Amino acid sequence: MSTPKTLFDKVWDAHVIRQVKDGPDVLFIDRHFIHEVTSPVAFLGLEGRGAPVLFSERTFATADHNTPTLNQHLPVADPLSANQLDALERNAAKYGISHWGLGHIKNGIVHVVGPENGITLPGMTIVCGDSHTSTHGAFGAIAFGIGTSEVEMVLATQCIMQPKPKKMRITVNGKTGKGVLPKDVILYIISQTSASGATGYFVEYAGEVFENMTMEGRMTVCNMTIEMGARGGMIAPDQTTLDYLKGRELSPKGEQWDKLVPYWQTLKTDEGATFDLDLTFDAANIEPQITYGTNPGLGTGVTHQIPTAESVKDGSASYKKSLQYMGFAENESMIGKPVDFVFLGSCTNGRIEDFRAFASIVKGRHKADNITAWLVPGSHVVEKQIQEEGILDILTQAGFELRQPGCSACLAMNEDKIPAGKYAVSTSNRNFEGRQGPGARTLLASPLVAAAAAVTGVVTDPRILIDNE
Amino acid sequence: MAYDKFTILRSSAVPMPNENVDTDQIIPARFLKATERKGFGDNLFRDWRYNNDNTPKADFVLNNPTYSGKILVGGKNFGSGSSREHAAWAIYDYGFRCVVSSFFADIFRNNSINVGILPVQVSPEFLETIFAAIEADPTTELEINLPAQTITLLATGDSESFAINEYKKHNLINGYDDIDYLLSMKTEIEAFAETRPF
Repeated sequence: MSTPKTLFDKVWDAHVIRQVKDGPDVLFIDRHFIHEVTSPVAFLGLEGRGAPVLFSERTFATADHNTPTLNQHLPVADPLSANQLDALERNAAKYGISHWGLGHIKNGIVHVVGPENGITLPGMTIVCGDSHTSTHGAFGAIAFGIGTSEVEMVLATQCIMQPKPKKMRITVNGKTGKGVLPKDVILYIISQTSASGATGYFVEYAGEVFENMTMEGRMTVCNMTIEMGARGGMIAPDQTTLDYLKGRELSPKGEQWDKLVPYWQTLKTDEGATFDLDLTFDAANIEPQITYGTNPGLGTGVTHQIPTAESVKDGSASYKKSLQYMGFAENESMIGKPVDFVFLGSCTNGRIEDFRAFASIVKGRHKADNITAWLVPGSHVVEKQIQEEGILDILTQAGFELRQPGCSACLAMNEDKIPAGKYAVSTSNRNFEGRQGPGARTLLASPLVAAAAAVTGVVTDPRILIDNE
Repeated sequence: MAYDKFTILRSSAVPMPNENVDTDQIIPARFLKATERKGFGDNLFRDWRYNNDNTPKADFVLNNPTYSGKILVGGKNFGSGSSREHAAWAIYDYGFRCVVSSFFADIFRNNSINVGILPVQVSPEFLETIFAAIEADPTTELEINLPAQTITLLATGDSESFAINEYKKHNLINGYDDIDYLLSMKTEIEAFAETRPF
């Protein structure tokens, strides 16, 4: 009998071309996504070496980080941004790489459009010069972010050199309560492990909560795995995965599909396989979450108080600096905290389900006067679904406007910057100092918590608003 | 591009005891718009280093002439967050060749080695010893000896060994990079690609 293997081992081992003695594994990469910000220097490096792109059909380019979310039909105003977008288009054309630039019908956030178009498949290795590449792990792929030197490496050789990470399994048993979304599940996990608690590990998610999750929810969870320091997270493919993939534009078809399904069904952790660390949580303990500090580990239930410095894992000095930046104090209640901006979007929560959730709260209500809301779909496909499902009408009647797809205020590289000192309830993934604009203060939360803040103007428990329906 | 060779570095160090220094602090996203690897050092720690009117913040360590050197000593979980290699470029471009911490984020650690910065992970206790030594004497020198894999406070002789895999160590000492290695096995990679089902 062969040794029991984890899902991670099965996928990793299937991609190792060579094991370097006392060094990393040479890992073959099935799919490579590139965007305008982390690829230009990689292409310069390639030119410097005089090396071609080894397999151009395995790389896909989309523009997202640095694109405007209004008036995308007009020339990009910022010359530096325009230059980056041009560079991506030029490089893609030069090397024969598929490119979904600004204005293209398939354009959108790289981690939204990849799965949406069936580029991401179970059992693949997937990399991109973006830490949230972990998103694609939702399909049972090994997916992780890389730096620009590694982007160059993958373009030139379709491989990267990585030591095999340690393995962690996170099991969440039971059923989540009312108003608890996948975003709350992952924010809760990060609050329990801390922002560095999974560094050096690759995570597999297991248990009833993830089995019952949609692909959109699984993507949200895997997306934020990087926020506890892990390189990535993955979930074994099942019928939900196959149903999502079947018929997507670039998904395998016919005989090829039929051949892959039996292989994909083997992609699960064998009984008896071991992990370096096994963590288990109970879904009943998870309530809608919100962060109060300047790393994603500093979060708590929305009805809770801000913990004292003694009770958190971060060092006291760093913790106090964090609260000072946020303008908060220990023991304060999160409920009722003032909010100025609400951001719905990003590779974490920019998918159709997120807009459905947001709409479920704002329906029949109205945007609070003190709130500026930026609602940014993850792709044109999501944008179209929002219109077709009548969600746009609900949003419009409630006083909200929809912007055009892109990363937007998640990293505030374009014009969508939260002003200094202002509070933003954001469905994105990072609450670092200045992440959403210099001096901006970010409270990470689910689309429901964001919607509750958007209609009440303050931090609010969304379950109260669900009750009132 | 292959990087500088790294063997032994002796230098004073700049202390930054903050924990969880993320790559958005090292270089904010709005400074990632260049298409060449140039000038990122000017914006290293931009929002901690400068006021809104671009005047230097006097209390930030990089603006304090007391501290200088090629070694940056950071608190736990240094380099977390975004995968932007621009963070490593900014640190390199500013003049640092080594970052010392008790804990590094994975992607930052890889990016550092790939641009020629040596990340040295020490024990939490030794990190405290280093911070205390710099506080007592800002000119105190550290020696990073890559071939021996040791980090030493030269004034006291306090020393600790650090881990690095032999392959990466060999690369850093000789100025090789991973792409050189991988290009040499192109035929093997092409044959492997043929076996992939997608």
